Amino acid sequence: MGIITAKNLIYEYLRRDDEGNVCGKTRAVDCVDVDVRPGEFISILGHNGSGKSTLAKHINAILSPTEGEVCVDGLNTADPANTWEVRQRAGMVFQNPDNQIIGQLVEEDVGFGPENLGVPTPEIWERVNESLRLLGMLDFRMRSPNKLSGGQKQRVSIAGVLAMHPKCIILDEPTAMLDPNGRKEVIRAARALNDVEKITIVLITHYMEETIYSDKIIVMDKGHVAMQGTPKEIFSQVEKLQELRLNVPQVTLLAHELKKQGMPIPDCVLTRKELREAIKDAFKS
Amino acid sequence: MPLSLDHVNCIYATDTNHPVHALDDICLTLEDGQFIGLIGHTGCGKSTLVQHLNGLLKPTSGTITFDGEDIHARDYDRRALRGKVGLVFQYPEHQLFETDVLADVCFGPKNLGLDKDEIEKRAREALLAVGMTEEEFGNSPFELSGGQKRRVAIAGVLAMQPRVLILDEPTAGLDPAGREEILELTAKLHHDNHMTVILVSHSMDDVANYVERLLVMDRGRVKYDDVPKEVFKHVKELEDMGLALPEITYVMRSLKRHRFDVDETTTTIEDACEQIMNLYRMRKAPMDGQNGSSSEEKA
Repeated sequence: MGIITAKNLIYEYLRRDDEGNVCGKTRAVDCVDVDVRPGEFISILGHNGSGKSTLAKHINAILSPTEGEVCVDGLNTADPANTWEVRQRAGMVFQNPDNQIIGQLVEEDVGFGPENLGVPTPEIWERVNESLRLLGMLDFRMRSPNKLSGGQKQRVSIAGVLAMHPKCIILDEPTAMLDPNGRKEVIRAARALNDVEKITIVLITHYMEETIYSDKIIVMDKGHVAMQGTPKEIFSQVEKLQELRLNVPQVTLLAHELKKQGMPIPDCVLTRKELREAIKDAFKS
Repeated sequence: MPLSLDHVNCIYATDTNHPVHALDDICLTLEDGQFIGLIGHTGCGKSTLVQHLNGLLKPTSGTITFDGEDIHARDYDRRALRGKVGLVFQYPEHQLFETDVLADVCFGPKNLGLDKDEIEKRAREALLAVGMTEEEFGNSPFELSGGQKRRVAIAGVLAMQPRVLILDEPTAGLDPAGREEILELTAKLHHDNHMTVILVSHSMDDVANYVERLLVMDRGRVKYDDVPKEVFKHVKELEDMGLALPEITYVMRSLKRHRFDVDETTTTIEDACEQIMNLYRMRKAPMDGQNGSSSEEKA
């Protein structure tokens, strides 16, 4: 069984006018089926307002379904008795690092989660140490989070979630506010947690380049799952992605153009190195 | 007349143990009608710099002049300056507050003390310029998509008819199509209205293909000030500053290292594609030619 499963998930909210009268219903997520296997790295793409974040908020019981059901590690998220257990197993990291850091010191911030779970003090420190080490932030443990760069702050946020020993981590546009170095740090950290610690990762992003190493990409549009597949399967459909207000990585786009103009380049090249090798091969043949 | 900065310094938290030198002796002239990119990693002083340009922040030392006048002179009308130098903040859609789109855009010109007809005329023009349609003018700004909200927020600044338009990270958080819409809009405003446009970003991919002049900031100083192609030659220095080159430039550099005769400062896909295809055709053509002639000889 999958670690995260959504079956026929529907989420609707009511729109209200100035006086607070109901003036309509919006279906933000519409009949979505998702099945994430333990240890997978999943990316969710979709334009602004496509329902990605609404879907993600169901995974750690911030929202509960209007219809259908979402289960995390076998627990139904709609059952209030499961809420805390679900949030411990599926941790969430948000877009703006400044909105989710509360500690005066980095180590306090990371300790906040396990403390709330009632973990005994000596173990909290063990978990803080371990999480900071995994995120490469051990040297910053006595620093004030305010003085860190954006990428470092996001890594502290991830360490905070990690200290709760979750089985999966949902990252909702964790890099949207970061500069290129910060983006690289965060994505590298997420990949390492997935590779080494086998933690299931769900990454929501607008940057196509960040998704090329995922096991699977889910593309959302108007609340539906519009496409689903491996990065190669998804990014080979350049035109369809553009219709969905998305794009493909720049490297893939260049490869696609070269191929269109008659160079023998394989379908769906994702990395710079692959493209360079493909061009070299084309010149040799 | 241009906007210019003469030995501008900005130091804050001076009374503590950790004074921050946010701007360090900046001398800069922003010529009329230029399309300028301002780039640097988080915390390098970009936003501090642009907030000095319309008088929101006062420099610790140094002078800033607009049309040759010191904007911090005692009798200078800084309120009027903010109409002339329009600043679109990061996440400007957070500042939308009115009940409908048109009313929101009217707020800026209303504060310039214009009469009612003129206010509405400007607001309408600004909304059309950012690609909103008449039917949408009565909608609540909160029911628009992310990209639309941002365009309405930009219209709010345009309605003041500024001569200099500064956009602080206008594409952050938008989907790829939304990013492209905002960048195209900026280019169009620069082209059609001959506005001076300053685009603040930390993404080289965003600015490389649009701007004619690129300023790179690092630790409160302007490190490079040149056309983008020249700036991109300083690969190592840029990476040390936490910046990356455009993705396509990396591809071309890697090809160059593998002895392909390409221009390693290329930034666009079209350009890269043309160069690679030209090399490819040159490589293939003579061989085809030989094959062709040899087969003719045989015949």
